[in-house]
Amino acid sequence: MESIKDKVAIIGMGCSKFGERWDAGLDDLAIEATYEAFEDAGVGPADIQACWLGTVTAPATGIGAATAADSLKLHSIPITRVENWCASGHEALRNACFAVACGMYDVALALGVEKLKDTGFPGLGAGRSMSPVLEARRTSPGSFALYATRYFYTYGLSLEEGKKTIGKIAVKNHYNGSLSPKAHFHNRITLEQVLNAPIIAWPLGLFDCCGNSDGAAAAIIVPASQAKKFRDDPIYIKGLGLAFDSLLPHTRPQFDFLTWDCLINSARQAYEQAGIKKPRDEIDVAIVHDCFTITELIIYENFGFSYQGKAKEDIDTGFFELSGELPVNTDGGLKCFGHPIGASGLRMTYEVYKQMQGKAQLPERQLKEVKLGLSHTFGGPPNVSAVAILGGDVG
Amino acid sequence: MRGGIVSYGAYVPLWRLKRDTIASIWGRRSLSGERSVANHDEDTVTMAVEAVFDCLSGVDRNNIDGLYFASTTGPFQEKQCSALVAAASDLRSDIITCDYGNSLRSGTAALRGALDAVNSDSARTVMVVVSDCRLAYPCSDYEQSFGDAAAALLISGIEGAAINVEASYSISNEMYDVWRLNKDTYVQSWENRFIIEHGYIENMRKAILSLMTKQSLSAKDISKVILYAPTVRAQRELARSLGFDLENQVQDLLFSNLGICGCAHALLMLVAALEKAKAGDRLLLASYGDGADAFLFQVTDEVSKIRDNRRGVRGFLASKKSLPNYERYLSHRGLLETQPGEPLHLFPSASTSWRERNSYIRLHGSKCKNCGLITFPVQRVCYGCHAKDNYEEVRLSDKKGRIFTFSIDNLAGRSDEPAVPQAVIESELGNTRMYNMLTDCDINEIRIGMPVEMTFRRIYEGAGMHNYFWKCRPVR
Repeated sequence: MESIKDKVAIIGMGCSKFGERWDAGLDDLAIEATYEAFEDAGVGPADIQACWLGTVTAPATGIGAATAADSLKLHSIPITRVENWCASGHEALRNACFAVACGMYDVALALGVEKLKDTGFPGLGAGRSMSPVLEARRTSPGSFALYATRYFYTYGLSLEEGKKTIGKIAVKNHYNGSLSPKAHFHNRITLEQVLNAPIIAWPLGLFDCCGNSDGAAAAIIVPASQAKKFRDDPIYIKGLGLAFDSLLPHTRPQFDFLTWDCLINSARQAYEQAGIKKPRDEIDVAIVHDCFTITELIIYENFGFSYQGKAKEDIDTGFFELSGELPVNTDGGLKCFGHPIGASGLRMTYEVYKQMQGKAQLPERQLKEVKLGLSHTFGGPPNVSAVAILGGDVG
Repeated sequence: MRGGIVSYGAYVPLWRLKRDTIASIWGRRSLSGERSVANHDEDTVTMAVEAVFDCLSGVDRNNIDGLYFASTTGPFQEKQCSALVAAASDLRSDIITCDYGNSLRSGTAALRGALDAVNSDSARTVMVVVSDCRLAYPCSDYEQSFGDAAAALLISGIEGAAINVEASYSISNEMYDVWRLNKDTYVQSWENRFIIEHGYIENMRKAILSLMTKQSLSAKDISKVILYAPTVRAQRELARSLGFDLENQVQDLLFSNLGICGCAHALLMLVAALEKAKAGDRLLLASYGDGADAFLFQVTDEVSKIRDNRRGVRGFLASKKSLPNYERYLSHRGLLETQPGEPLHLFPSASTSWRERNSYIRLHGSKCKNCGLITFPVQRVCYGCHAKDNYEEVRLSDKKGRIFTFSIDNLAGRSDEPAVPQAVIESELGNTRMYNMLTDCDINEIRIGMPVEMTFRRIYEGAGMHNYFWKCRPVR
């Protein structure tokens, strides 16, 4: 098996404003993100040889890859719609990277877009399974609350200790979001607000849950060898991991609800390709799937950022804060961007890309010396995880 | 007659409503005591499944050749309830299933049908299950007096029954006394004095006296007379007119703590009587509705063997929670229109449910013949060893379990019951994991490690179908 390391590069990225975009449909969001990427890369629609579109719900115009074809008028080229739950944005990126790496195309577009706010209800919906009865009335908060309950129980955290521990993740991400112009939410919050917020799915409260937003993000991929022709600071792909666990985790035999095979294996694949041995020390920034605060905590442990069962210590010492040793979700994460499903993987990659180029818009949030960065999505009930590792230099 | 009763069971929903609560809403006299109220996810099919499981304690399902279901309030106009109850109870499929309905007497009609089947050798053993959940007009007496419950009797033609049936007598009578047209929600009735005198008393007396005359028995020969009645007063008047001692011979009507449970009621009273009966007792059972049925039973030594390992009327009556108010009763019985909650992404599909019927209705998991791992739902390729199509199905519905983890979801529910507790449980059978909604519980009591049992419920409506699946509940 070969590694993707240093075979392809991103030469341009775009990201729409995220939020309740009553003003924008799928097409508008796709145009907003893609044209920013065109401008960033110095290319135009005529230069795109192939496109991968990640979108999940797309009820009105989501027939095949029509969203990309019709909004951008990308006609007469291959366009493929990919869907792998919350990892769909990363799937668009992965497939574009592989197509370019194998030499089939020289310029490929990865586009993720989602319009959640045309459905008339605020959540992602209930009863989200392939069966009329199994998982009836299962929602995303309800699913992730199961993991919080089990985590608190296993590590002997009282409800108050547990809620405080994950609550600090919400406070951190809201602070980061307040500095992030494209985020949906810019409000800073206190731990007290988190603890007193209404319960959504016990034990998770309002601020433990990410928002529900519309958005899009796009990346333009070229072979690494040609990247410098387009710009001085292309960002190189160092590793791409994806792992899928079979069966609903709820009914997986002996599953501990603490260590996720798909998280661990998607990270392991990407680390091996990138040559990362000690992720806690080597990674400079990570934008991970904080759909719920408990999810971010589990990711710390499963990705090797924290030792198993010890994430609380790192949270308490500010290890993952903007000024910490391994800043996580520097743009505010899903907490502040919301989770327009197909867009999220590319939105996260956009933040890593901008941080590496030193273009994080506001100086207060620009990290220093970002050599290796990670973006990550985690989806399904959940049972699919995708990791991308990026670097600023070849080698 | 050879046929007799070899097992019995009952089911009373967890929820009770004080009659004072109903009376105070309408500013009228309370009939005192309390009535049972089925939860919003229960109907006569789900209650029947519960009673059958209670009756199946210590019984080999594979010997059962038929299931007769009786109700005046079955959930289907066209589609058999007995076939669904039999499947959920995991009975064989080469059996006789039949629904009885339309009359308060349909419960004892089903009993008679089962006796006829075993006595004519068309079946060895038949399960009779009766279940009712009648709705009464707001502010009516019936609103206070009705209850919801189910009972089951296993009838066998094989020697050695716990209760032998000595004789029976039936009469038919055409009149409007209590009725419901096919479009009606609530039970209608004519003036009470007329229906008690010319309906209830006249027909019950005729059937009971004819049976006693036929068997050359007088009132003193009966250990216990089990008289269905719409009210305590009507029961006492009838018993007195037949010469029974009201203190010692008349089986309690279960009015004060249960309510009158439609066509299930006579057999619920019989089960309650059997819970206390001694070998040698002679019982007389009579039920009413468009005529009357009377049965004479003789209790044998075997009765003590089936007493301990089931909950019966006594056990289920003792396990209860009070509804806090009248509005909750309206919501449990579907009398308040509710906002249904977030739109479900997938509606019931007849063909999906049919393909997966063993998992969804029978609650079967698969046990790998190669490595022994049990998974739910049935998996063709083993999660543990990848063996393909090398499994046997195992039943999880009658196994207890423990909560492994849980959540209480405020997004998922309907507007009158927004919080939906969901649990991952580990079955006592192979620690098999299942993911189920919890029902009949106080959400503040849920803990990791809490023992639960499985309960067949109606989970939501959609695509013009009732959609049934298993939930779990704290062990009752």
